[in-house]
Amino acid sequence: MNAPVAPGAVTRAEVEDFLYQEADLLDRWKLDDWLALLTDEASYYVPPNDKPDGDHRYTLFTVADDIVRLRERIIRLKDPNCHAEFPPSRTRRMISNVRITGMDGELILVEANFAIFRHRRNEPVREFVGRYRHKLKRTDDGLKIHERRAILDAEELGPMGSVSFLL
Amino acid sequence: MTAPHNGNGRLVVEDNENLSFSVNRKVFVSDDVLEAEHRKIFDHCWIYVGHASELKQPNDFRTRNVAGRPVIFCRDRQGAVRALINSCRHRGALVCREREGNARQFYCIYHGWSYNTDGSLKGIPGDDAYPPGFDKQSKGLVPVPRLEHYKDFYFASFDKNAPDLATYLAGAKDYIDLVVDQSPSGRMEIISGVQEYDIKANWKLLVENSVDDYHLVTTHSTWLNYMRNSGVNITPAKGHMLPTKGFGKDLGNGHLTTDNPNYRGRPVAKWISVYGEEAKADIDAIRKELVERLGEARAARVADTNRNLCIFPNLVINDGSSVTVRNFFPVAPGHMKVVAWALGPVEETEAQRARRLHAFLTFYGPGGFATPDDVAALELAQQGFAAYREVPWSDLSRGMGSSQEQLATDEGHLRVFWRKWSELVEARP
Repeated sequence: MNAPVAPGAVTRAEVEDFLYQEADLLDRWKLDDWLALLTDEASYYVPPNDKPDGDHRYTLFTVADDIVRLRERIIRLKDPNCHAEFPPSRTRRMISNVRITGMDGELILVEANFAIFRHRRNEPVREFVGRYRHKLKRTDDGLKIHERRAILDAEELGPMGSVSFLL
Repeated sequence: MTAPHNGNGRLVVEDNENLSFSVNRKVFVSDDVLEAEHRKIFDHCWIYVGHASELKQPNDFRTRNVAGRPVIFCRDRQGAVRALINSCRHRGALVCREREGNARQFYCIYHGWSYNTDGSLKGIPGDDAYPPGFDKQSKGLVPVPRLEHYKDFYFASFDKNAPDLATYLAGAKDYIDLVVDQSPSGRMEIISGVQEYDIKANWKLLVENSVDDYHLVTTHSTWLNYMRNSGVNITPAKGHMLPTKGFGKDLGNGHLTTDNPNYRGRPVAKWISVYGEEAKADIDAIRKELVERLGEARAARVADTNRNLCIFPNLVINDGSSVTVRNFFPVAPGHMKVVAWALGPVEETEAQRARRLHAFLTFYGPGGFATPDDVAALELAQQGFAAYREVPWSDLSRGMGSSQEQLATDEGHLRVFWRKWSELVEARP
C-alpha cells in the first residue's frame, strides 16, 4: 500500500510547518480553526495502550472518531459544561522526529513524536508521550489532516487519567 | 438538622424516623478505613478476576490485580481455568510479567524456579542442595482460596469459608442473565483493548457514580447535547429528570442496579439515529432473533432496558449505550485504578461489532463524551473531602419517605451499597 514519495511532492519542512501550526492552534484552544485543517472525511484515533496497533472496528479504543463525532467533540470541548476541560487545560505540545514515510494513493504518510504537558489547577502535571501517524492530504487550501492516530507509549493511561482534550 | 452532629462513632447513619441517611466523609480519606476495607471487604467478598473468553486456548494467561494481590488468571494445559497467586514460592518474585499471552510455563527470573500452568512446580535449578524432606510437590504456585464463575464471569474469594458464588450474587444473577441473553448461544466475550486509568478519588465514589442517575443531567449535559444533535429524543418524561422513568433496585447482599427504559439506543437491539440509516435493517434482524429465541416479553426486557449493575464491592457492568465491564480498586484512600472492557456477543458480525464499539465510545471510557466528566466530578468531591472535619457528612437521603418505588434518580440503591458496607466494616469484629 505504501508507495515511496515522489520527488518534489512534499518536503519535510512543509510538513513540519503544518504540524507546528496545528499544534499551536490546539494549545491555544482555537478548535474551530483546527477543525478547518481537517478533510471532510477525517478521522481521529487514540488506540488503547495495550493494543497500540489495533483496529478500531474490532478493538476497544480510547478514541475513535469519524468526522461527525469529531465535530461533536469540538462542540463539547467549547461548552463550559465540558467539566473535564473547563476551564480549559493548559497544554504545551512538543512535536519532533518528523518523518515522511511514504504515500498511500494521494495521502502523505507522516510520523512524528509528541510530548504533551497538561496543566490544571489543583492537579499534578500530566504527560502524554507518544507518536503520531498521520495521513495528510494536499488540497487547494494547503495540507489537511485526513487521519490522525495518536499512539501513547505508556503501558496504561494510569496517571494521565482521561483523554479529555485533543491529542 | 438532616445530618447528625455525631453518629455516635458510626460512619454510616440511617435514621428512618427523621428520613436521613448520612455517610461520614472520613470513609473517603482515612487510611484506617481503607485498611479495614481490605481486611473486612476485599479479603472476604467475591472479587472479579476475569472472563472465560479472555482465555481462549490452553496455556493462555492474563495477569491481574485481585483484591490487591498479583494474580495469574490462566487456562492450564488441560483447559481448566485457574487463578494463581503470582509470587514465586522460593523468594517471592512475580513469575509472570507480561500483561497477557500464551506460555507453557511460568518462570522466575531470580533463581530460575519454574511452574506449569496448572501451578505445579516444574523445576528448581540445583535442587540437589535442598535438605532431605524438602517436598517439591508442595511448592507449586498457590491458587486463590476460592475460584468460581457465573456464566463465564470468574470471581475469587480469599476467604475459604465464603458462601458459594451463586448464593453471594443473589439477585444480581438475573441482571447478568439479561446481559448474557443478548448472545444467541449465551456466550459473551471480552473485546480486545482495555481501558486502564486512574482516578484521584476514593473507590467507593465510582460505585455511587456508576449507578447514580441523578447526576446525569448536570454532569453529562454535553453528552445529552450530542445525542440531541444526532437526532435522539432526550426530552425529559413528564415530571421526571430524564427521558424515561427508571428505577433503582436492591438485589440483595449489597448488589444493586438501575433499571431504565431505554432511550439512548442499544446495539442489541434498539436503533437510534447515531447508528445511521444503514444499520436499521440489521438491528431489526437482531431483534427478530431475540424474539424468536426468548419470546416477545423477554426480548423486550433484554433489548429495551438499560441497567447499570453493581456487584458488591467493586464490579460494575453497565448495559447501556454498549456493555462495559468495569473493575476498580483502591491504591490509597484518594486514589483508585480502573480497568474497563467492552463485552459483546461472540456471534456479532464485523459491522455489528464496529457499531457496538462506536456506541461504547460515545459515552464510556477515558476518551468518551461522559466518563471524563464523571472523573472530574469524583476528583472534585475528593478535593472537597479535605475539609471532612468541618463538613463531615455526605447526604444520601434522596427518595427517602417516598411511597413510590425508588427511582434511578433517587438514592435508594446507593443506600443499599452503604448498608452493606457498614454491615461489613462497622459491625464485623
